Amino acid sequence: MRTGRVVHGGAVHGTTTAPDGRVRLADGRVLDEAEVQWLPPFEVRTIFALALNYGDHAAELAAKSSAEQAGFLQAQRSEPIVFLKAANTLVGHGGLTRRPADADFMHYECELAVVMGREGRRIARAHALDHVAGYPVANDYAIRNFLEPYYRPNLRVKSRDACTALGPWLVSRDEVPDPMSLALSTHVNGALVQEGNTRDMIHDVASLIEYLSGFMTLGPGDVILTGTPKGSVDVKAGDEVVCAVEGVGRLVNRLVDDWTPAPGG
Amino acid sequence: MKTVVGAWLNYRGAWAAMESTMRAPPHHKPPAYPVLYLKPANTWLAPGHAIVLPSDVDEVEVGAALGVVIGRPAARVRAEDALSHVAGYRIVNDVTVPHEKVLRPPLKQKCRDGFCPLGPVVPAAQVASPDALAIRAYVNGALRQTSDTSQLIRDVARLIADVTEFMTLGEGDVLLVGVPENPPRARAGDRVAIEIDELGRLENPLQAEEDAR
Repeated sequence: MRTGRVVHGGAVHGTTTAPDGRVRLADGRVLDEAEVQWLPPFEVRTIFALALNYGDHAAELAAKSSAEQAGFLQAQRSEPIVFLKAANTLVGHGGLTRRPADADFMHYECELAVVMGREGRRIARAHALDHVAGYPVANDYAIRNFLEPYYRPNLRVKSRDACTALGPWLVSRDEVPDPMSLALSTHVNGALVQEGNTRDMIHDVASLIEYLSGFMTLGPGDVILTGTPKGSVDVKAGDEVVCAVEGVGRLVNRLVDDWTPAPGG
Repeated sequence: MKTVVGAWLNYRGAWAAMESTMRAPPHHKPPAYPVLYLKPANTWLAPGHAIVLPSDVDEVEVGAALGVVIGRPAARVRAEDALSHVAGYRIVNDVTVPHEKVLRPPLKQKCRDGFCPLGPVVPAAQVASPDALAIRAYVNGALRQTSDTSQLIRDVARLIADVTEFMTLGEGDVLLVGVPENPPRARAGDRVAIEIDELGRLENPLQAEEDAR
């Protein structure tokens, strides 16, 4: 089952899919995608995200920056590098994300997101997927020139307004029998810029749930963004970014500059 | 309340204690922007409730923090307007596992269940100046730390401006302005309390995980 949340006619509605790519509101009305504004598909509690959870992405960053990146990769293999993002970062399918004027290198990150369905502490890896409600697509934007090596990746890089696109749908767990063999791709203005597969994660979904629940209680609405493969390209205001995860969905986002629309206009 | 965000190293003394390491790897230079972290929903705790120390945590720091409670959406706010976005203030205990390395986000150090007791909100109108409040931290009734929000590097208004430059804070969200240097440490069985002038007192017992079951 695919569930979402949209705004239509000034109200928030729960949605499911209808034939021909349309959406069905909880009250039975069927609408075209263009008639709704998409919200993140569920009530989000804590947002966890992984840094460098694909070996090829880590290598790509190492080639572009300091030798310390190699150390990060080594550390990441021994223990996941996890950071948190706040509620201000969320934006739904078809939404807008600001690219600040002082960004030198801003890139998308196509990721499989994992949404927890029930509470758990010290969840064993073998049972971890039983705690999952489902999966949406995430685009976890980053601005590399805002990185500072204090609680890195720091909030100014990763916890920015509308820099976590999530959706379109929450795809229930039963529709994704194996989350560890899903193709991921990103297109910018129609050109393929990123490709990967969830099988190349360093720490897989079940391991991440075991790891996090080992020291924090995970609860319904908590979401884990599981990291991104290689293929980081700078994106500009006006670009359309489409992140897709096989069997989960196709998440569209557009970049705008700092003051679109202009103040007072 | 959706977001509790805190600033680390925002007291002059806390900065000074780390300054000698800031020009060495992996940091290379002092932070130019606030060093921020989140206290997620699983950490929030009411006054008086037990802070449970997991089995791998022997002792914690009492994080005597002034919490700024946002009253209306604050986005790209100028410092001169910042206090008009504040609904009130509350004492927050930013319970922290002692850590010297600040390279990676402090989930294991700051995000354990119940590691963020929050006191009641005192309306902003009852607080003369958030930048001149004395702070006292106690362990088992003994005064173990005194500080003052006049020691902040970024004062309350400046911090709101610097955070909301990229991060919108909404009604009820809480911004922790920092934890003073040399926070007292406490163990299971201790009672910890924080007092901030004009805001009252926040007290919680510490309990070992086994006892909490």
